[in-house]
Amino acid sequence: MTRIAYYPGCTLKTNARNFEASTLATAEALGIELVEPGRWNCCGTVHALAKDDVMHHLAPVRNLIRVEELSNKGAIDGKQVVTLCAMCYNTLKRSNQVFNQDSDKRKKIRDIMTKEDIQYSGNVEVIHYLEALRSLGWDKVTARVVKPLKGLKVAPYYGCLLLRPRGIGVDDADHPTIMEDLLKALGAETVEFAYSQKCCGSYHTVQMKEAVADLSHRILKQAEVAGADVVAMACPLCEYNLGPRQEQVKKQYPSFNSIPVVYFTQLMALAFGLDDEATAFEANRPDPSPLLKEKGLLE
Amino acid sequence: MMRLESKDEMVTIFVMGKKHSVPGSLTIMKAMEYTGHQFRRGAGCRGGFCGACATLYRKKGGYKLEGALACQKIVEDGMYIAQIPFSPTDKKTYKLEGLKPDAPTIMEYYPEISRCLACNTCTKACPQDIAVMDYVQASLRGDIEQAAKLSFDCLSCGLCAVRCPAEIVPYNVGMLARRLYSKYMVGPTQHVLNRVKEIEEGKYDSEVKELMTMPLDKLKVKYNTRDKVAE
Repeated sequence: MTRIAYYPGCTLKTNARNFEASTLATAEALGIELVEPGRWNCCGTVHALAKDDVMHHLAPVRNLIRVEELSNKGAIDGKQVVTLCAMCYNTLKRSNQVFNQDSDKRKKIRDIMTKEDIQYSGNVEVIHYLEALRSLGWDKVTARVVKPLKGLKVAPYYGCLLLRPRGIGVDDADHPTIMEDLLKALGAETVEFAYSQKCCGSYHTVQMKEAVADLSHRILKQAEVAGADVVAMACPLCEYNLGPRQEQVKKQYPSFNSIPVVYFTQLMALAFGLDDEATAFEANRPDPSPLLKEKGLLE
Repeated sequence: MMRLESKDEMVTIFVMGKKHSVPGSLTIMKAMEYTGHQFRRGAGCRGGFCGACATLYRKKGGYKLEGALACQKIVEDGMYIAQIPFSPTDKKTYKLEGLKPDAPTIMEYYPEISRCLACNTCTKACPQDIAVMDYVQASLRGDIEQAAKLSFDCLSCGLCAVRCPAEIVPYNVGMLARRLYSKYMVGPTQHVLNRVKEIEEGKYDSEVKELMTMPLDKLKVKYNTRDKVAE
């Protein structure tokens, strides 16, 4: 078992429990132990973009200290931390970069953190679960598959935070293949669609659900036109806007056909033949199980 | 007024900006009384348990604004002291019945916790050495058990709320978490249920009546010679 630190983030403990359950189970199946620190705080949610904003780097850097502490006491191998939520991934990684590249901010951040037992070295590496799988090797993933996702056409949806800005993203910002590679390793067929990187509307979902439903409609319609049975993704906020928000899409576009939206880890758990607790499809809206049954992938 | 004779070395403190010389072994509270101040608010148990005597101070030459309970902290030379006997907060009222022990419940009553920056200023301000920021964060993600356990020693002195840049009132959040934890995750314990039943059945009525009518001197003797349960 390789032990890697795991930073969940708040959403993984509330609305996206299906993302976490499917990840922990698939990682275990692949011989990766994800070690959650005993204490952690919000990732910071949104990266501090203003030049003079030091305060918003405190939350992300503090989480990196937690990872370094795990490393110092030998609870993990190496100094990597795996994230799932695209927002957490982006925020932690960008703050890590600022910490390492901006000596003035680094000093200010350290000066405020007087209660911490250790000073952050800057050496933790923030990775996404997709990257951990790529490092492991797609052949290793394929070797673990017991139920290939034959005949399932999946549209990989990246959204924005997984890929941008360049240098932070998990893959090429314009031509990503990492999710396609994984889905193919699981035996699924991937479909190309024009809006795989279009914005889902993000937090506008709180106050402008009509506008978000417009964006969701555009994205999902494209996936449907491309022939997808299901959309796969890696971000709880995208999942919410493209999943449960379909109720609102239907109100605005009565002819809209709903399409299931799942986390890529849930498809992994399915292909690995793991149980209901690992696939955790019951938390998804709309319910993907009728489709998966029709495809002979679910009993 | 009689001044206490003291072999202590005298130190200089500033109470609300006014300079005083006081024995260096006194707590802030006793030192203030030594200077002639009388507490009308901001003093309670005098034992570090009630949280009424929250105090802010800054040491001479120090950049840091620090917090303490006046009844616990010993004065230091050059200390600038201000009492914070009350912190204005909006404490929500709720019925525990029907609530769920999860993040949405806490967010409903105290949505401002989502503004937490993880700056840890609250933890630095806490005179009880509680990991205040950690329990606010645990509440945010619905880890009610951790929020309840981490906040257990809180006295609601208010210093965290006064210092929080996100205007969170951590101690109200912690109290809600502990209530939810007690009611829904620990549940009523059998010995409490038994005792409540005994009380309702009137088992202690005569004893209570006896105490209510006992002369003060006898009551004092009884109190001082009572059975104490070992901690």
